[in-house]
Amino acid sequence: MDSTLTQDAEARAPRTGFEASPASDPRSPVALFGADEPLALDAGVAFAPFRIAYQTAGTLNAERSNAVLICHALTGDQHFAHRHPVTNKPGWWETLVGPGKPVDTDRYFVVCSNVLGSCMGSTGPASIDPATGRPYGLDFPLVTIRDMVRAQAMLLDRLGIPDLFLCIGGSMGGMQVLQWASLFPQRVFAAMPIATGARHSAQNIAFHEVGRQAIMADPAWAEGRYLDEGSRPSKGLGVARMGAHITYLSEPALHRKFGRRLQNRAAPTFSFNADFQIESYLRHQGLSFVERFDANAYLYLTRAMDYFDLAEDHGGVLAHAFRGSKTRFCVMSFTSDWLFPTADSRAIVHALNAVAAPVAFVEVESDKGHDAFLLDEPTLFSAARGFIDAAARARGL
Amino acid sequence: MSGAEDRIDDRLGDAASGAPWEAAETLPRSPEGAARIDHIVVLGLVAPGARVLDIGCGDGSLLALLRDRRGVDGRGIELSREGVNACLSRGLPVIQGDADTDLANYPDDAFDVVVLSQTIQATRNPRIVLEHLLRIGRQVIISFPNFGHWRVRAELAFRGRMPVTEIMPEAWYETPNIHHCTIRDFVGLCREMDARIVKATALGVRGRPMRFSMPWWVWNLIGAQGVFLLRRGRAAEATSRR
Repeated sequence: MDSTLTQDAEARAPRTGFEASPASDPRSPVALFGADEPLALDAGVAFAPFRIAYQTAGTLNAERSNAVLICHALTGDQHFAHRHPVTNKPGWWETLVGPGKPVDTDRYFVVCSNVLGSCMGSTGPASIDPATGRPYGLDFPLVTIRDMVRAQAMLLDRLGIPDLFLCIGGSMGGMQVLQWASLFPQRVFAAMPIATGARHSAQNIAFHEVGRQAIMADPAWAEGRYLDEGSRPSKGLGVARMGAHITYLSEPALHRKFGRRLQNRAAPTFSFNADFQIESYLRHQGLSFVERFDANAYLYLTRAMDYFDLAEDHGGVLAHAFRGSKTRFCVMSFTSDWLFPTADSRAIVHALNAVAAPVAFVEVESDKGHDAFLLDEPTLFSAARGFIDAAARARGL
Repeated sequence: MSGAEDRIDDRLGDAASGAPWEAAETLPRSPEGAARIDHIVVLGLVAPGARVLDIGCGDGSLLALLRDRRGVDGRGIELSREGVNACLSRGLPVIQGDADTDLANYPDDAFDVVVLSQTIQATRNPRIVLEHLLRIGRQVIISFPNFGHWRVRAELAFRGRMPVTEIMPEAWYETPNIHHCTIRDFVGLCREMDARIVKATALGVRGRPMRFSMPWWVWNLIGAQGVFLLRRGRAAEATSRR
């Protein structure tokens, strides 16, 4: 890996514009792509300049054959195994990634980049539009999952990584994994799409729309120009997060964690205060989220997920998305995930079977809902370890 | 009135302890790492480099054997999480799933060989499963416990009890085997479905193949398991080619 190049990139990163949002200082390396390297977006725009913030762990071997790309979920970021610069929390996937973990940073060179359109250092709607000198806001072009993947491919080119040993991610990250395997099959040796689907369901689009409407209904959103006006649609974004957070859990998990227990009180107050623990918990989730996330970025990324339909991109036949693929797949779902239920994963498996791609499928028994992929799930770890170790042997790592 | 029922229950309870031939029926436990005899039989039926689907592949030992000895491109379907995990560790592409529901999603002629070992009697709809096997695979290797074996017959005829053997080790109320058949029954189904029997053999109680070809009725009496190599019949072949 050309470390000097990325160090330079970091040093050259413009300091203007990204201070616009408190969450915008990446505190991580960034790769800059200038006007000479535009990204052809699905929306029909040749987008430039832009930058991609990323983090790495481990060392790229001499053969450059041990690279792992981690794709993060909707509100995730590049700090997969690094203390978060805003929340000061441990990396979001330290359960799965690290020394001696299934994605072993002692053996593999692990890369994770903030997706295009997000707000943790990669260019998004909170970034400054060079044409106007103001934040893009809604002038930012709509990006798709495929655009995110193309930007990641440009980053890998920049880092001197010819192909990936493993591409892994959950939820929106899993969509990117599927898109990678479909768009660049020869660059993906093994793929692990987790708790995801090859398309966003009507129900999922519906939940996203509720979240977006909550943001847009907040007067502080100001038609997306809130950064110019020095305001933040915190109420709207908080409500959006509260609603979405329910979809990441499950009824049994909520019952186990909160039940009908009251929050620091012996009896209901006969008011609209947060009497119940679950209310207090959700309000806390909303409040802490708005401190680290940009409302417009939330609009754009939820839209990118809504537009994702890999079958539609291939004449309505999902199998065609993987025709001739030599990639080995391990698809995983969780029994209590009702956002991306097992049926969604099975549809991926059937498509891969139809084109005779080597595919494994594991349904993990868990009551933790969609978020299970981020949590301590021994079955997830043992299955991932088995698959990744065997893939490493097959690749001679 | 409950007194009479109690007496019957007691009698049944006494008889349940120790069926006389259970111990004699025990198959030799293969030493760790050594291949099972029924797996060796399958190995002999699979061509090198074939694409193989093993349905109900367990811990993947047959697939691993086929991969290592025959260089096959193997896939598995397995219901249990433990089995799926074991297969993943062996680097085998295995799908957690169910023969009754998942086979419909495989395209025609997807595999050179489809193996269904000791499972057809546990499916909800054996005939439909067999139809799928013949559709998905150019060849089908299928094995099942023979319910016509003389010990099974003796158990029913003389003791009036559902047989419990090494291959069928569970009592009637907990067995997953819901569609028992005899070797003869299976031959009948093959004829009904226009499936061509390319090869067939019966395995003895110790899992060893019978050395000589014998009339069906003999195999049906002394074979503990039936192993069949099937292909689509001519009519089905013609349909699939259209």
